[in-house]
Amino acid sequence: MESISQLTDLIARGETSARATVEAALDRAETLNESLNAFLAIDREGAVKRAEEIDAGQSAGETSLHGVPIAIKDNICVRGMQTSCGSRILGPYQPPYNATAIDRLLQAGAIVIGKTNCDEFAMGSSNENSAFGPVRNPWDTSRVPGGSSGGSAAAVAAGIVPVALGSDTGGSVRQPASLCGVIGLKPTYGRVSRYGLVAFGSSLDQIGVFARNATDAALVLQTIAGRDPHDATTADVPVPNYADALKSDINGMRIGVSRALLGEGLDAEVRAAIEKAIDAYKDLGAEIVDVDLPHAKYAIAVYYIIATAEASSNLARYDGVRYGFRAEEAPALRDMYRKTRDEGFGPEVKRRIMLGTYVLSAGYYDAYYLKAQKVRMLLRQDFANAFARCDAVVTPTSPTPAFKFGEKVDDPLAMYLNDVYTVTANLAGVPGISVPCGLSSEGLPIGMQLLGPYWSEANLLRLTHAYQTAHPFEGTPKIHA
Amino acid sequence: MNITESDIEKIAQLAHLEITDEERKMFAPQISEIVTYVEQLNAIDTSVVEPALGGLTPEGERTESSRRDEIQPSLGQKVALEQAPDPASGHFRVPKVLG
Repeated sequence: MESISQLTDLIARGETSARATVEAALDRAETLNESLNAFLAIDREGAVKRAEEIDAGQSAGETSLHGVPIAIKDNICVRGMQTSCGSRILGPYQPPYNATAIDRLLQAGAIVIGKTNCDEFAMGSSNENSAFGPVRNPWDTSRVPGGSSGGSAAAVAAGIVPVALGSDTGGSVRQPASLCGVIGLKPTYGRVSRYGLVAFGSSLDQIGVFARNATDAALVLQTIAGRDPHDATTADVPVPNYADALKSDINGMRIGVSRALLGEGLDAEVRAAIEKAIDAYKDLGAEIVDVDLPHAKYAIAVYYIIATAEASSNLARYDGVRYGFRAEEAPALRDMYRKTRDEGFGPEVKRRIMLGTYVLSAGYYDAYYLKAQKVRMLLRQDFANAFARCDAVVTPTSPTPAFKFGEKVDDPLAMYLNDVYTVTANLAGVPGISVPCGLSSEGLPIGMQLLGPYWSEANLLRLTHAYQTAHPFEGTPKIHA
Repeated sequence: MNITESDIEKIAQLAHLEITDEERKMFAPQISEIVTYVEQLNAIDTSVVEPALGGLTPEGERTESSRRDEIQPSLGQKVALEQAPDPASGHFRVPKVLG
């Protein structure tokens, strides 16, 4: 499938139109959805109408994403389409406004073709927590696509769209990118506006980008990054030209490796692929330095206190009053809340709300929540110390390639441990990217993760581009357009 | 920390969640196991550590996010009520508060 610049060139030269491009993407989405379940909603009518407007020149002329079809995770608000968050509790909800990231994509000429499936409220690492059935991995449909943004990852991997948006609270962009063999970028906290992203863990959430190459990821990040008055946590930091950053080589860049993170619990084939990628960077002129992140081993414990605490608070708003689903036959207000939330939420969301309620409850706040915030500070210092010595740290993205459906579904703690390499970036607020770096003996993608200092997305994309240019990712998923 | 089924019931009450007997039986050992896992943090000495207070970077903390106190456009009553399960005369109608 064409890259963004190839598509926009073809459209600009009149060799194809936005309408033909978008109709082809819609056809692929509809056909492949039977096997992948990647989309919860496909907006043929709206997308074709917008493509016609773009072809007729009713939208701004030469734009960076002119006529480019894009898929959006179903927890990011797009006006006129559903936002379900993979949950029943939102019922037929249609947001009356666009997320800021969506407004910016539309302004750049992108066309939203549909909303992608995800774990309910972005809580999960396998997509098995979607109320509408899991997305299946295009490389092997008996395996999970990862989560929570599994639909967006699968849509890009299967060649339905060149790029998609997801959200990443503890790895929900990077981990499915790794399991589906595509790039997944989580920006620095405050780089992309969260306005219109349904809140899960407000101090951790960032909108992220799925793409097949660094250039496309750079173009989308360029479009959505920057200060937004609607989100007070976006930072007033200039947005660099990401595409320009890809042009220079990586000679002399320093890449940190934490040997402790390549030890116990890591699949041997994943370890071998990461070692090979480290050697590849050496060959490209990077300097490899040892770094230590002594508190990274506590990251899962810290994360599952802070993320659930924030979720229990954020999800209190789903009460059947202002929008979404309301349970019938509740005689009094309190019963209505309880029944609505019982019938509307799935088991993982309930588990996390309860865990978060517990760690915030009287008598336990200091022991759990405050303690976790202190260890989070130690983890931030670990990264500051590491980045004093290197430009990026390389780790695996996921300890294993894609696993089978049902393998971990009855053991929540085992499922949480999948996130061991990804949650650190959200706790520290630093950017991270997952890059395909090989296939397992079973033909499943393996991803490496690069983590960088705050606002270093340009460097991460440069490192990704250099690696992909020297080592193009081989292989095509079984389910592919 | 062992979380009992009656603890689960109390937590569910706090969280406005109605849960079945089956869920109570499932959640008690699962949440016990997770809480026991996170208690490994007790082994770390944090006596001189200031807690993190959110996700902001230093640049994010320095960003001025207040604005002039001027009226901005907003959704308006009609649009705000369009998605309500039971709107009535410009209000959100709910079941009686005292049961």
